[in-house]
Amino acid sequence: MKSKGLKKLLSVFVLTALTIALGACSGDKADGNSSRITIGIPQDVEDSLDPHKAVAAGTKEVYFNIFEGLVKPDSEGNLIPAVASEYHPSEDGRVYTFTLRDGIKFHDGSPVTVEDVKYSMEKCADAGRGEPLIAAFSNLESVNTPDDKTIEIFLKEPDTEFAAELANVAAAIIPASNSEPDTNPIGTGPYKFVSRSPQESFVVERFDEYWGEGAHIENVTFKVCANADSIVMDLEGGSIDMFARVTAAQAAELSDKFEVLEGTMNLVQALYLNNEAEPFDDIRVRQALCYAASSQEIMDFVSGGKGTEIGSSMFPAFGKYYMEELKDTYQQDLEKAKSLLAEAGYGEGLSFTITVPSNYQQHIDTAQVLAEQFKAVGAEARIQLVEWESWLSDVYAGRNYQATVVGVDASSLTARALLERFESGHPGNFINFNNKEYDAAVRAAIASTDDAQKTGYYKECQRILSAEAANVYIQDLPEFVALNKKYAGYEFYPLYVQDISRLYISE
Amino acid sequence: MKYTVKKLITMAVTLFVVSFLVYGAFSLMAGDPATSMLGTQATPEKVEALREELGLNDPLAVQYFRWAAAFLKGDMGTSYSYQMPVSRMVGDKIPVTLTLTLLAFLMVAGTAIPLGIYTARHQGGPADRFICMLNQAVMAVPPFFSGILITLVFGRILRLFTPGGYISYKEDVGGFIGYMIFPALAVALPKAAMAAKLLRSSVLSEVRRDYVRTAYSRGGSSRQVFYRHILKNALIPVITFLGMALADMVAGSIIIEQVFSIPGLGRILLTSIANRDYPVVEAVIVCIAFIVILINLIVDIIYQWVDPRISAEV
Repeated sequence: MKSKGLKKLLSVFVLTALTIALGACSGDKADGNSSRITIGIPQDVEDSLDPHKAVAAGTKEVYFNIFEGLVKPDSEGNLIPAVASEYHPSEDGRVYTFTLRDGIKFHDGSPVTVEDVKYSMEKCADAGRGEPLIAAFSNLESVNTPDDKTIEIFLKEPDTEFAAELANVAAAIIPASNSEPDTNPIGTGPYKFVSRSPQESFVVERFDEYWGEGAHIENVTFKVCANADSIVMDLEGGSIDMFARVTAAQAAELSDKFEVLEGTMNLVQALYLNNEAEPFDDIRVRQALCYAASSQEIMDFVSGGKGTEIGSSMFPAFGKYYMEELKDTYQQDLEKAKSLLAEAGYGEGLSFTITVPSNYQQHIDTAQVLAEQFKAVGAEARIQLVEWESWLSDVYAGRNYQATVVGVDASSLTARALLERFESGHPGNFINFNNKEYDAAVRAAIASTDDAQKTGYYKECQRILSAEAANVYIQDLPEFVALNKKYAGYEFYPLYVQDISRLYISE
Repeated sequence: MKYTVKKLITMAVTLFVVSFLVYGAFSLMAGDPATSMLGTQATPEKVEALREELGLNDPLAVQYFRWAAAFLKGDMGTSYSYQMPVSRMVGDKIPVTLTLTLLAFLMVAGTAIPLGIYTARHQGGPADRFICMLNQAVMAVPPFFSGILITLVFGRILRLFTPGGYISYKEDVGGFIGYMIFPALAVALPKAAMAAKLLRSSVLSEVRRDYVRTAYSRGGSSRQVFYRHILKNALIPVITFLGMALADMVAGSIIIEQVFSIPGLGRILLTSIANRDYPVVEAVIVCIAFIVILINLIVDIIYQWVDPRISAEV
């Protein structure tokens, strides 16, 4: 009885295993000693494969390798031609003329035509879901293709920064003939899509007919490492070769098999304050918190002293607009903070809640240090951790919060991407900032076609944010990239992207 | 026949209740699929348009019946976040979770039955007392904790596997099963201990029955009586338990998949709940519920086969 039953069970199991094995063999590819790298990513690409629907930063940083717009950013923060070989904005910022690159091909081997460009631009401007995903595209009037090499984009209002929006992966050029962009991604980037397995991996391979210099490593697997505690183990054990955002503590744990490269995350990390909710509708309370906080102390505790102190909604990668002096507007001064609180009627003490998304350890740590700093001036901050989805719906969209610690990034290489959101009526104005002078300055900056003037207005915006103590600005977070020494060539970008095509095998 | 029909109806009703409860839970959860999909680019207009597109503005019952109607036709819908067919997402992951459970089940059955027999036959001996003590200890350790211990001992100290180095069954079946042995062990340990203990006490209570005395008086050897008579009867409660354990392990694998970073049903269930990806959550839960119900059904059938009196009672 016993042995019979076991035999039966065993045979059932062997059959199951065989079925799995046979099913698997058919999908196998024989690639013997081609170059490969496995890159750990903290969350899966939980998006459609259609770049025009890409929202999450984690999705865009992967898609950057597959898709390209008419132009793209380089690691210095300049716009370089991509699908277009050259472009000319008109003086008044209303017409952009592009010349299609000669002989450029899609991943499926078909040539890129001006019709594909027109299709892609119009798809981006499609208001089928209320309004275009990239707000700047609601300004698109028409796309003309006078001949098979030229594309003219007409705008309703002047926008001298429009070219930077075209560098966004979400404005990539994709073929008009592809009927299933959601599941069958075709782009022009240095890598082409191979396969994806939800919560497991995202696989790409080198596109050999790429127009430019092209990638070095042939096979790239993005592997989902959902468990943050095991990243060091994954790296040391060899299941991943690179991880883009290790913490300072993890970096210190790594053996000398790895090189830890240091850059910046290009985020504006701040204690964002709801300027309409009590007690932060009073500028004195906001300023008091600014005087109570010390960015340096936060950096010392959270990231071993690394990071760049900032004083407004701009980070150093935007060299032209960044104003370093603003970080000194509020030097830590506990007495001043106390007297401001007393003036505002909170002399007996102030208590409020800081809502923090629970998936970002660095923001949680920052909030904890802040809470301690606020205690010194008699303000009691309670930290409430919420899921990212709840943060999006309650804090960001619902604006139902008092204070929150997050990092805000720039979706494109423009000052507008960081500053326009604080205009009083802007849907992204989650701090409910409401300042007439600010609105005027933002409008003037966007409308201006003169670069010096434009820069001046954007600087004015930053000054207002700082003077009004719109938020308690903290830092641009440091980014540590762990890379196995077998590989080299990693480049930091001023945007949230991972350019895998620059990596090569160093041995 | 009547018995089978009755069972099938219960099964359908259970699935209906489970899937409806999941829809009910969605309406209680904070967060919204549309804001989740649009992220920081959400504006009230975009959210509204997307909610309309996904049909989230309809009453809950309407949404549920639309889903159920499509499901009955074999269409599990499209994932909100991945924009790929849910059937493909879930189909990809079922072999992972199933292999884990089956491996664990083999370990349970393969160790518990011999151990149970051995301890029952050597009742009171030093080996029996030692195994009983060990059983008691193993039973008390939950799988997620033994999972951590196994990772430490087999992964980090003995280096028999790479922690977190999951290998997909699509790439290398041998490597896949080699990795899955360790999480399966974590799941199997407490269940094996319980099953062994149950078999031991079941055998010991059968030994005192009248039919055993009769069998001996007919001149049967101790060995013959044990395997032909006692064991057959003693196994009935153990089969019940193994069935329950198998169902429990399918559902329990969600936790162990986290410990060993295995991208199975559990992982996509957790992330799709976090993303408010309703079609995927619904499909995975219905899938797990179906497997559990199916196992119960199989156990019932095995019962009747082992002991024909059971169907007569029903």
